[in-house]
Amino acid sequence: MSEAVSLSGRASDTLWRRPRFLLALLLVPPVLWLGIVYLGSLFALLAQSFFSIDEFSGLINYELTLKTYKELFRPSNMDILLRTVAMASAVTVAAAIVAFPIAYYAARYAKGRWKAVFYLGVMLPLWSSYLVKVYSWKLILAKEGILNWLFETLHLSWLLQAYLSVPGIGGNSLSVSWTGTFLVFLYVWLPFMILPVQASLERVPATMLEASSDMGARPGQTFRYVLFPLALPGIVAGSIFTFSLTLGDYIIPQIVGTSARMIGQAVYQFQGTAGNIPLAAAFAVVPIVVMGVYLTISKRMGAFDAL
Amino acid sequence: MKNILKSTSAFGLALAVTIQPVAAQMLTELGDGEGELNIVAWPGYIERGETVPDFDWVTGFEEATGCMVKVKTANTSDEMVALMNEGGFDLVTASGDASLRMIAGNRVQPVNIDLIPSWNEIDDRLKQAPWHYVDDTQYGVPYMWGPNVLMYNTEVFGDAAPESWSVVFEETTLPDGSSNKGRVQAYDGPIHIADAALYLMTHQPELGIETPYELNQEQYDAALDLLRGQRELVGRYWHDAFIQIDDFKNEGMAASGSWPFQVNLLQGDDQPVASTIPVEGATGWADTTMMHVDAANPNCSYMWMEHTLSSNLMSDLSVWFGANPAVLAACTDGRGMQTAEGCTTNGLDDFERISFWQTPVTQCESQGECVPYYRWVSDYIGVIGGR
Repeated sequence: MSEAVSLSGRASDTLWRRPRFLLALLLVPPVLWLGIVYLGSLFALLAQSFFSIDEFSGLINYELTLKTYKELFRPSNMDILLRTVAMASAVTVAAAIVAFPIAYYAARYAKGRWKAVFYLGVMLPLWSSYLVKVYSWKLILAKEGILNWLFETLHLSWLLQAYLSVPGIGGNSLSVSWTGTFLVFLYVWLPFMILPVQASLERVPATMLEASSDMGARPGQTFRYVLFPLALPGIVAGSIFTFSLTLGDYIIPQIVGTSARMIGQAVYQFQGTAGNIPLAAAFAVVPIVVMGVYLTISKRMGAFDAL
Repeated sequence: MKNILKSTSAFGLALAVTIQPVAAQMLTELGDGEGELNIVAWPGYIERGETVPDFDWVTGFEEATGCMVKVKTANTSDEMVALMNEGGFDLVTASGDASLRMIAGNRVQPVNIDLIPSWNEIDDRLKQAPWHYVDDTQYGVPYMWGPNVLMYNTEVFGDAAPESWSVVFEETTLPDGSSNKGRVQAYDGPIHIADAALYLMTHQPELGIETPYELNQEQYDAALDLLRGQRELVGRYWHDAFIQIDDFKNEGMAASGSWPFQVNLLQGDDQPVASTIPVEGATGWADTTMMHVDAANPNCSYMWMEHTLSSNLMSDLSVWFGANPAVLAACTDGRGMQTAEGCTTNGLDDFERISFWQTPVTQCESQGECVPYYRWVSDYIGVIGGR
């Protein structure tokens, strides 16, 4: 008994005298987690992209090669990459435009109870299952869905039809068009844009806006030269979420849209059903590279200064 | 069922070259049940009345044999193979592609049909089907099979079922007067290339396609061309059975390749749909109950295999799943809910017209070299992407 006490006593003495040892002890588990489980599995996947698949047998050839990356540049694969990046960019820009006024209202005008309502309103969609939201959007956008009904009731069907006949963004109905995919992405990721923008707007002192108008700036000028630059880090932070989430998603484009693949779906299919793990891994590298470039630019713009 | 269609080609290709199964120790005499049975199965394949009380083919077995059934559902053939490789299971309801992989990998053992009294009741067409009968050895007991049917909207087509798959492959004016453009669907899996090849077997016989799963480059290109034309007609490809059901309800779909499963559910919901197997025939799937090479409960396993053939299982399951029983009597003798008409609806009489699914491999039987499955995958992605 006394031996045990003295042992634990000595242990605690040692930890007290050597704070670095204590620090190391506390850091080892998270570092192991991050290093082995997280980065290790990531690198194991990425390493696969330097192998290739044998044209004849379909077996994986474990020799280092860039052949698989060359395959990425085949027209049908380039289509997938460009399509995904274009969608992610469009969703990000639209999310910023929609989120800004909402966040501005919440930061400047909402007080007390209304602020709580605002937070609840933004967060509420996040509480329900992602799949439920996507499926309900599928119903909203369907040919016999509520949106179409609304257009019919307002005698505006011709307008919708005219829009849907535009090649590229149109289709047989909203739910089988890229516009539909875009709307669902926009809805699902919007909270991830609103919250950082609101946080950055709250840090802009009201006095600055007043000073700007006192010195004769029109509201437009105040927005352009004062408010927007100060809010930019928040917008960039939000855009990281919307951009990267769109880049990797593979469920929404499967349920709503034209069935043409996005990166996430391609990875899923090459890995899961084709056994072409090298090409799946090469596809998985693309979002990492794109996000690397994106984050570098964001850092230049000061998105992480507040961290 | 869609999952049957998913599989890696790597295994399939490997086994095509080296199918040399080693005969495992086969049970020669049935002993007492071990009190337990672990089965890997497709979702919905083994029901104990918990989903719908009327559909129960497990409780009776447990009471009669004392073998408590535990089911692990798997969503893809790959998952099934992985689970069986892990071990710890006695039986698996394997589809055509998974079954051959497991035989080649020695994950399943030969079945002693003398221990299964009802063996002779099995449909003769299935007794020695190539997906479980390899090298004169019986590796499993046939379970269920079904066709990939052409589902159509009866309000569009009226009483006359479409006669050909052309309604989903080529632009035509449907009986209701408008074009089929934007009103048909196709399966979202690369195996749909086989449906195109099957169509070409009738419509371009000069290509010389013998089976839709063994295509040389020229035949394969022709199938892809047909599919590129189809892309113009298809708004969205279907991937998930329930999304297709939703599309037939809310998107005004007129026709699509489908499974009896969706047809049954839609009809149960009073939707105006019906299904047919057009003149060209159809593709389909067939599953087999197979036994793990190290099955811990061999006696219970044999009792279950017998149970699948002799009880209400096949009959009720064929109603539940929209599939066909391996025992023909299950359609007619009233052991369960299925009737002769029901089996006809599920495609029982169309066995000969169905090309059962298999993994396309490079070294094919009908012609020296074929286009392998992994290329089907990447090329089909291109087709759907408009290339």
